[in-house]
Amino acid sequence: MSTPSSTTTATTATRAATAATATLDVARVRRDFPILATTARGKPLVYLDNANTTQKPEAVIRATDRFYREQNANIHRSSYVLSEVATAAYEGARERVRAFLNARSTREVVFTRGTTEAINLVASSFGSAFVKEGDEILITGMEHHSNIVPWQLLCARTGATLRVIPIDDRGALVLDDLHRLLTERTKLVSVVHLSNALGTLNPVRAIVSYARAKGVPVLVDAAQSVAHLAVDVQALDCDFLAFSGHKLYGPTGIGVLYGKESWLEKMPPYQGGGDMIASVTFEKTTYAELPHKFEAGTSNVAGGAALTAALDYVTALGLPAIAAHEKELLAYATARLAELPGLRIIGQAPEKASVVSFVLGDVHPHDVGTVLDTEGVAVRTGHHCAQPVMDRFGVPATVRASFGLYNTREEVDALVAGLRKVREVFG
Amino acid sequence: MTGLTDLYQEVILDHNRAPRNFGALPDANRSGIGHNPLCGDQLTLYVHVSEGGRIDSIAFQGKGCAISKASASLMTEAVKGKTVEEAEALFGRFHDLLAGPEGGPADPKALGKLAVFSGVREFPTRVKCATLAWHTLHSALAGGGKETTTE
Ligand SMILES: Cc1ncc(COP(=O)(O)O)c(C=O)c1O
Repeated sequence: MSTPSSTTTATTATRAATAATATLDVARVRRDFPILATTARGKPLVYLDNANTTQKPEAVIRATDRFYREQNANIHRSSYVLSEVATAAYEGARERVRAFLNARSTREVVFTRGTTEAINLVASSFGSAFVKEGDEILITGMEHHSNIVPWQLLCARTGATLRVIPIDDRGALVLDDLHRLLTERTKLVSVVHLSNALGTLNPVRAIVSYARAKGVPVLVDAAQSVAHLAVDVQALDCDFLAFSGHKLYGPTGIGVLYGKESWLEKMPPYQGGGDMIASVTFEKTTYAELPHKFEAGTSNVAGGAALTAALDYVTALGLPAIAAHEKELLAYATARLAELPGLRIIGQAPEKASVVSFVLGDVHPHDVGTVLDTEGVAVRTGHHCAQPVMDRFGVPATVRASFGLYNTREEVDALVAGLRKVREVFG
Repeated sequence: MTGLTDLYQEVILDHNRAPRNFGALPDANRSGIGHNPLCGDQLTLYVHVSEGGRIDSIAFQGKGCAISKASASLMTEAVKGKTVEEAEALFGRFHDLLAGPEGGPADPKALGKLAVFSGVREFPTRVKCATLAWHTLHSALAGGGKETTTE
């Protein structure tokens, strides 16, 4: 909707006001994603695997293309103008991420390959400086393997112990146990913001304030949440936060570790190499300033340029509008799925977003996935890299539909029709 | 025609609902465990091989998708009474049916009932489901006793 206006300021103000209350024009945004117009097995693609990775808008595809056509050079290293252009693109991405997360400074924004590498960075660097035998790391029962295994490796290295906040039958955290499990031995709490397996939205703000009172830092795995709600690191007051570009309509191979400067200053480098040093002699090396201390080797510069485009895209649509649309869609999907006999939703926490995981009678999720595939419907089936969650609910796997800003009610209907077909095949 | 009716043929659905040779085999002298970590499928295979090298009884237990369950069930029927070498050769032909060179195995008739799995070819992600039981049989016969995984 465009509002005619005589002055630029008025237009900007109107746009801002519209963005805050706007509903998403889904038909229009779908046209921004070329892949949504394609077919799968001869049917229109119904892409409901957004928790796995999201599709990319034209703007992101174009930014990648443009980077290699017009801006490509290595960064921070050369004396010529093209290198300055590339450096500006990359450091511009860092500023874009800072603004997106409302971090205090770009010194707090470290680029990584993704969430997994960001968590590994903290486990390795924070771990080697601050974790020793007898200490504890506290995670939750709904973590992705990437927020379990790095801590297990750290514990194996140091003799620390991994503790787990349990989840209840609905798939919500048992917060009373946080109080029991967070002790003077706890060195770090690492918790998923939005569960990829269950869709549970965790009360991260409350967890941080509780941990803060005990002086324990908190890492937030925001791999899922950043695409579905506005995340403000100062409001959350978390010490670390990790996410991946590719789940946020951006490219693969780039992600972010946000870390409070006070922690990052005290942490040793993660990897050694070029770009992370100030000076090197065989006797002594001094490290580069934050955040470069943590970015060894040639970075994913094109990824940075494309990430900027993704953040611009999402911000222009407005996360509140995206969240409202997805909330409506999740409620619609939950209601429609309930119509199907034998369907059991795994994960019915009071606070949820964008993910619905389920099993259909005793039909194996893999078979459900294949039948849906023949209808052009892409869902994920399996354990979603969260085997402990599957064990908790006594299922080997689930079917998971996860929504993004471009999904529609009609696509939910296609999912439900596909599931009826599963019933026809398997009885 | 969608590949769906080719994939889930009635024989497969039937063996999924009512798997044959399902259960333990107390006098087994070979066994193997198969595991597909991607979907959590798990299968235990029990085999009795006679002194002459013939599979005279075979059974399986476990859970899995329709393709893996039906494949295990049909495999037990297909290899019972065969020599170890014959069973291995059949595995080779079965593999060609699913994922071998275009056009499938040279002699599809030699597959008998197992030919119902030809539809799997169109769904490469499901090949592992259909071959899990066979890989497990292979390692049980080899006597490794080690868990077989599809990964
Ligand atoms: C909650 C959560 N954490 C971490 C990850 C890992 O992200 P990546 O594979 O992009 O590093 C994922 C991806 O599925 C996730 O859903």
